[in-house]
Amino acid sequence: MVEWTDFERATIQDIFSKMNYEEVGPAALARCLVVYPWTQRYFGNFGNLYNAAAIAMNPLVAKHGVTIVRGLDRGMQNLDNMKETYSDLSVLHSEKLHVDPDNFRLLSDCLTIVLAAKMGNAFTGDVQAAFQKFLSVVVSSLGRQYH
Amino acid sequence: MLTVYPQTKTYFEHWKDLSPGSAPVRKHGLTVINGITVDAVKKIYDLNTGLLTLSELHAFTLRVDPANFKILSYCILVVLANMFPDKFTPEVHVAMDKFLAAVARSLSEKYR
Repeated sequence: MVEWTDFERATIQDIFSKMNYEEVGPAALARCLVVYPWTQRYFGNFGNLYNAAAIAMNPLVAKHGVTIVRGLDRGMQNLDNMKETYSDLSVLHSEKLHVDPDNFRLLSDCLTIVLAAKMGNAFTGDVQAAFQKFLSVVVSSLGRQYH
Repeated sequence: MLTVYPQTKTYFEHWKDLSPGSAPVRKHGLTVINGITVDAVKKIYDLNTGLLTLSELHAFTLRVDPANFKILSYCILVVLANMFPDKFTPEVHVAMDKFLAAVARSLSEKYR
């Protein structure tokens, strides 16, 4: 069971309440596809991913970025129950999508960086630590059903 | 880094104050960043030779676990994104990540 301090709960909920999902999700996924190009292997049917500009404008990338952030929202709503919350998604990513779980960490890093850019001075070391702890629990929950 | 990855504080127990913005943290942060921006960038085409002395320092004297280079590199990227939100595009990000990874590799050269 993960222990969350009051500061961590408040910080995580605050971040999501102020986040523009339609902006942050697509930006994080697009960034991941550019910075870690091998992640493109999972998006063969997304069309044009030939360069950073194409990725940034790709509507399927944008749509999937929003889907991902909505998935994170579910974790945020269920901080005390993340393993169960993500067990179906874990099975999906392992059995059907065959995603190497290390990629979850790469996407998490990109998401943190997008938030750092958006939040300016509000993005202190303590805020970053809380958000990264949240993401690492998500990543661990998503990796649980792999075998 | 010291806040988000508290295990890195173990290398700095000789400092009185490890809080963000403290004098030793600011001073050493500047030392590290100068090493990267001034030394490494100038020697970007031959980092192994250029960073030889620093590699020996980290390997034999400081004995920093090279995994921490990755951690600090990532924190540098986060700070860059935070300070230059409009300029830190994905293309700039990948270039910086690649460069910092190369610096980390060269710093690890003399370890074994």
